[in-house]
Amino acid sequence: MQAFAYARPQTVEEAIALLEEHGDQAELLAGGTDLIIELRNAWKRPKVVIDLKRIEELRPAIREEDGKLVITATTVMADIVADERVRRHFPALVEAADVVGSVQIRNRATLAGNICNGSPAADTAPPLLVYAAEVVVAGPAGRRRVPIDEFIVGPGKVALGSAELVTAIELPLPVQPVAAAFTRLTRRRGTDLASITLCCGVDATGTARLAYGSVGPRALLIVDDSGVLADPGATDEEKAPILERMLAAASPSPTSMRAGPEYRLAMLPVLGARALRTAIKRLAETK
Amino acid sequence: MSDTLHIEVTINGRRRGLDVAVHHTLLDVLRDDIDLTGAKECCVVGECGACTVIVDGRPMNSCLMLAVEVDGAEVMTVEGLASDGNLSRLQTAFLDHGAAQCGFCIPGQLMSAHALLEGNANPSVEEVHEALAGNLCRCAGYPQITAAVLASAPGVER
Repeated sequence: MQAFAYARPQTVEEAIALLEEHGDQAELLAGGTDLIIELRNAWKRPKVVIDLKRIEELRPAIREEDGKLVITATTVMADIVADERVRRHFPALVEAADVVGSVQIRNRATLAGNICNGSPAADTAPPLLVYAAEVVVAGPAGRRRVPIDEFIVGPGKVALGSAELVTAIELPLPVQPVAAAFTRLTRRRGTDLASITLCCGVDATGTARLAYGSVGPRALLIVDDSGVLADPGATDEEKAPILERMLAAASPSPTSMRAGPEYRLAMLPVLGARALRTAIKRLAETK
Repeated sequence: MSDTLHIEVTINGRRRGLDVAVHHTLLDVLRDDIDLTGAKECCVVGECGACTVIVDGRPMNSCLMLAVEVDGAEVMTVEGLASDGNLSRLQTAFLDHGAAQCGFCIPGQLMSAHALLEGNANPSVEEVHEALAGNLCRCAGYPQITAAVLASAPGVER
């Protein structure tokens, strides 16, 4: 592998100073499941790799704070899947985190890295959109919170400015019953990148939130306030046109090797209806 | 010329101080610096699992981590399974069930299976499949591998 320098800052401030010093010659390392491949293939040629795992504040942790669940930047998928509070309040995130790669990958890959990598197929993006997560960003100007929908920009792009890094992802704990479900389409069961990722959430007020990815440059969030989608009594025929409108923003790539655009567009409403049914069932169980 | 860093790491129960190149992966260091060649280099993208080792109790792809990242950690490789020249119960089960064919993937399969059985004394078939989903076998010896793991589970009577 190409040579580079390795830095192991102890604080977020030290990491920011390193980013300021090295600019785009620096790469951040958390789980490394994307970065190490990029380094080996020389797709990225940094002068310095900044390992975030020795920063006390960023150590793997999931904690409850001010009505939110805070997931630090080095927390891996396996920890998210195993956490009782995440399982109780955010089952769709558990379902997504639990299908990222293999056991080996889930023991290394972080939630923050999954988002910062900017893949349109990132499994955790749709549930984070449905649960209205916020990304905590630290930089030379201090800390700020960015709604996940604004943080995700496009393929390989997120709303991180110069010398900024993600310290945590926060999930607001629901104040009223809300339920969501995640599903995805893959070529085979087991380790695979998704051809569609989709999450649907419904709440007690009748709002339905639908997020889907891998069918365009970024995962999208569409909200429906008609009440029809979330209504357990409404028929599939009544829901279909609403779902169709919500899914109309999909623009799958014609050149992807995983699935053709026709197939993805045909499967989207199938997955949408399936996730919606599961979400409605879960909402009924929480009441 | 490359930067090196001194790390302290416990490998198969033995504490070692190593000076490693900071851009070398854990797999590079295991195989080339300390002659533990059980873990194999294969896909180098985290899909095949041939490089699987156990770090602080969790199976990981050693091709996807820098050696400097395991500073202070406990690493177990396939060489750590046997004790006093005797194969472990899991290794013996692999032999008994003909689970090793060409053998290339077996160190990784054993590491994933060992980590599973450490936390789950009586796994179901589905749990074995999921735990080993990140370990590909080109000989397609999956039924034998699964049978060996199930037979060697601590919760199963000998």
